[in-house]
Amino acid sequence: MAPPPHRRPGFSRKAQYGLFVTYVVAIAGTIVAALLLTISVVDPTGFSALRTFGSEVTAPAARVLNNARQSSQKITHTVSAYIDAASKNVTLEKELKASRSALIEAQALRVENARLRSLLKIADEDAQQVAVGRLISSTASSTRRVATLSIGRNFGVERAQPVRGPAGLIGRVIETGPTTARVLLVTDSENLVPVMRASDGLPAFSAGLGNGLVLIKPLNLGESPFKVGDIIVTSGNGGLYSANIPFARVIRKTSEGALGLPFADPANSPYAIVMKPYLGAARAAQQAIAPDGETKEIAE
Amino acid sequence: MKIPVSAIRLPTRPGREYASRFDREQSLLKMLTIPIASVILASMVTSLPIFSAGPLLPPFGLLMFLSWRLMRPGLLPIWSGVPFGLMDDLFSGQPFGSAGLLWSLAMLIVEIIDSRAIWRDYLQDWLIAALLIAAVLLGGWWIAGLAHAAPNPMVLLPQITLSILLYPLVVRICARLDSWRLAT
Repeated sequence: MAPPPHRRPGFSRKAQYGLFVTYVVAIAGTIVAALLLTISVVDPTGFSALRTFGSEVTAPAARVLNNARQSSQKITHTVSAYIDAASKNVTLEKELKASRSALIEAQALRVENARLRSLLKIADEDAQQVAVGRLISSTASSTRRVATLSIGRNFGVERAQPVRGPAGLIGRVIETGPTTARVLLVTDSENLVPVMRASDGLPAFSAGLGNGLVLIKPLNLGESPFKVGDIIVTSGNGGLYSANIPFARVIRKTSEGALGLPFADPANSPYAIVMKPYLGAARAAQQAIAPDGETKEIAE
Repeated sequence: MKIPVSAIRLPTRPGREYASRFDREQSLLKMLTIPIASVILASMVTSLPIFSAGPLLPPFGLLMFLSWRLMRPGLLPIWSGVPFGLMDDLFSGQPFGSAGLLWSLAMLIVEIIDSRAIWRDYLQDWLIAALLIAAVLLGGWWIAGLAHAAPNPMVLLPQITLSILLYPLVVRICARLDSWRLAT
């Protein structure tokens, strides 16, 4: 389509100046945007209030639609349960029988564990939950993997609290608003999680890849010790995430570690539990005696 | 020949039957708000409960913005990339100012192209939009990498492809909105 005639203002000085001013405004605006960008790169918390405003404004619609989405998922689930129900029932009964004995063994182990811990006088800080919410939206068009949680400061959610779902670890809180909070998912490249292999406690680190997978790097040098199907859980090292939260399953071995698929799928988590930071009290006490000084904890 | 009464097409909206059928003017409010509201609402699509493993959802705000710009040159002022982009930054999760800068640069580039290639057809517009979409998404990836750790740029490929293929659909939505905007 041809450009409209206002691009050629003719001999009118006023029109020429008017056109010139729009160009000046456009370039000045671009420079202002570049400055704002510089500020937000240097200080990522700077504009969190604006982002919080954005998510608060759209939260009601997201909540309603999320409820609709969840109930439609439930319906399809219920309908699909009827398909092939008889043979499913037989398999489930078999599995139930097998798992019943495993459950009894686990119960005995738990009792024994508690007894041994009390003998050793290990003070165990239980991971206490702060609140339970739902994930209502995510940054599906950005390379950052951030989700919005349906609860915020009104339920005591604070920054740097871990978030888990029924299936496994989801991420940690990076920004809080009055009724919403933003959660950095474990699949974000920025999110490092100390993990271990569930079978033998092999320590490792996990970093997101931004495509729904995580890269699991062992702390030890040498050939990658992982096998496909290994179960990875959080190790509790360094506080923040408590130990033994289910994390990921290894799906491919790479030269430097392994690729893992997180257990918690933000799209299918019926709820998200916000937990208190693991060993948070110990960290606070340590800070009170010997503050780190220069190492300031930088927010997102 | 007498035309039967039933053959006279009545206006679809009730209450218009006795209003003047000619010399009507478009509503100024509709003319101004429809482009603005459509771009902002398209930016807000990310706050719907859509969860994807990687960046997959096309940047609908950018698509809407580019299609208004390419379909109706001169409708959006040259500086409009800044306010629309900053609005998009509130919802996209990118560092604040990223879309403000990139959309404004895209606007200026279209302005330069407009002064060189004056008569263009639809396929050329699609090509321009495709290049700009890819450039803005890669620019957003680079900016996110300045502030935070960034993933491999290959994760953007599906999103770029999907966005380029969805552009014609968004132009058609824009055209429908435009005819509604200019309807009297």
